[in-house]
Amino acid sequence: MQTKDINENLPWAQINKDVMRSMMNPRMAYWVAIIVCIAMISCAVAAEIYQYNVGMGTANLNWPHMWDLYIATFIFWIGMSHSGTLLSAILHIIHADWRKPIYRFAEAMTTFSLMTAGLFPVIHLGRMWNMYWVLPYYSDRGIWPNFRSPLVWDAFAITTYLTSSALFLFIGMIPDLAVCRDNTTGWRRKLYTILSLGWRGDDRQWRNFRRTYLLMACFLIPLAVSVHSIVSSDFAVSIMPGWHVTTFPPYFVAGALYSGCAAIITLFICLRYFFRLEDYMTIPILVKTAKLTFAIAMVWTYLNLIEFASIWYGHNAVDKELLIAKFTGPYSPYFWLMLFIGSVVPFTLAFEKLRTHLPTMLVVSLVLNLGMWLERWMIVTPTLSLGYHPFAFDVMWPSMVQWAIVFGSFGWFGLLFLIFVKVFPCVSMYEVKEMCYHRKRATLGIGHGEHAGGGAAGAVPASKSDLERS
Amino acid sequence: MSKRRVLGLFDGFDAAFAAINDIKAGNVSGVALDDVEVLSPIEHPDIDEVLEHRKSHVPKFTLLGALFGMTFGFLFLASAQANFLVQPQGGKPVIPLPSNIVLTYEMLILFGVIFTLIAFLTTARLLRKRNPLYSERITIDQVGVEITLDESNLAGLKENFAKHGVLEVREGTL
Repeated sequence: MQTKDINENLPWAQINKDVMRSMMNPRMAYWVAIIVCIAMISCAVAAEIYQYNVGMGTANLNWPHMWDLYIATFIFWIGMSHSGTLLSAILHIIHADWRKPIYRFAEAMTTFSLMTAGLFPVIHLGRMWNMYWVLPYYSDRGIWPNFRSPLVWDAFAITTYLTSSALFLFIGMIPDLAVCRDNTTGWRRKLYTILSLGWRGDDRQWRNFRRTYLLMACFLIPLAVSVHSIVSSDFAVSIMPGWHVTTFPPYFVAGALYSGCAAIITLFICLRYFFRLEDYMTIPILVKTAKLTFAIAMVWTYLNLIEFASIWYGHNAVDKELLIAKFTGPYSPYFWLMLFIGSVVPFTLAFEKLRTHLPTMLVVSLVLNLGMWLERWMIVTPTLSLGYHPFAFDVMWPSMVQWAIVFGSFGWFGLLFLIFVKVFPCVSMYEVKEMCYHRKRATLGIGHGEHAGGGAAGAVPASKSDLERS
Repeated sequence: MSKRRVLGLFDGFDAAFAAINDIKAGNVSGVALDDVEVLSPIEHPDIDEVLEHRKSHVPKFTLLGALFGMTFGFLFLASAQANFLVQPQGGKPVIPLPSNIVLTYEMLILFGVIFTLIAFLTTARLLRKRNPLYSERITIDQVGVEITLDESNLAGLKENFAKHGVLEVREGTL
């Protein structure tokens, strides 16, 4: 079995060639995935047209269930967006170079998850043409949004996160877009020429590029944490039982990282297969991602236990009753399933044999994401079903319209993502070259891997050709 | 005397750095280190030392952007709230600090990021007309050393490049 994160002897020209090839000739499975995604979107579009014509009642969104799958799925997609940019930024700052072959698609995942999440408040609104009311703009009537409302905080936070993540993704891609510009023809060349912004790889550009990328990473870490904390505030600043919980922000962030990591594993395995990227998306990198997912799963489990303990020992009668209802009431099968998936299934990641077996990992990662989706559903719905007033107790099963739209959102995300990885390089070529270069230097004892910059000018005999010769 | 621009393509960083070190040592007449640019497929960790720590001004813009975002964000929210008194306040101040801090924080980050991007585009001299001396091999595996010099010093520079195993020399006028 391969033990190194990457084969450091890969010639640089080969790296360009492999990644460029992946953009041209994917396996048939890629096209099948595209068709499946389009079919899923069609279901959602049909359901949305029906809902639009008939009204929101067809989604079973009636009092007290004013929020249901739409909002649960909105939180799920926001959560999914977290691991991409957040992990990429954190791993970049701590110089964990194994992120290099996989961070590009993880960042793309962030952007497209946010774009998917953004659809749900609009769909949930019913009168979607009034969506812009949440934005702070000057109107003749002098009306402004209520800036005290966490829903307005959401609009600010998600807009900031989407803008910043998209820019972070784009800036990190500029040197690779120049490679694409130099190696393609036709419409692709025109597109890459525009997007590469005239990149030529001179020292001024690299120097400013590195600073820019680092500064953006520094901004994105607190931003990502703040975004999901703010989303948790939609619930935590209310006084509803089960939502008015101090641990909600870290719980949401942990859940977000958890689902994001699981999604990275799913996409890792799919891309590796679709584009024949076995040399770059290697098993040791998958193992590292799996270990990270396992660690986050344990944090998530701990935060769950803390929440249960706080409610139990807090002796607030309504909160306690709701907690008992979650374990024994009408939603208990889904609640237990969520706990089982979120806390027990990740133990499969603790076994070397299982985490190096790709089909098992694919299934586990999909199951983990199902668990994380259930988590969001179990946050939203039981509280609405069993609030303060017994006359308002109501158990509701989402309608087919809601299920179809939720189902279609996965197709929408999948389609955007698949188009992205076909048009843009899903592996960062220049960073993989750097990774190979630094690792080879470290192996030869010439430098110290990522931080090999300590030598006097010209004293480091480390040309690419020297390394290749040795 | 007309100015010339010369691009030497090398097989790796050590050859390129050795050629630059000769220039630094004054072995090539009429060429100073400030005239030298290095073009490469990756950023070499030693490049800063070879070129004697050229500075990046991006962080200054970032700081400016963050401060602007913070100030603008808060003032924007406060002025909107102060002009919309008919909104039910629910016993809270017209300009509430806790909720405004959340949004001010988001604006700080948003403008910090946008200013950083603008700084990058300007300081890295992107969006300019492409240099005709550019070689596509640079995005693959070769390292380029580009120098602006007087025509009279061209021969000495070429000699220096040849001494360090240059693969190709391209010339152009300014």
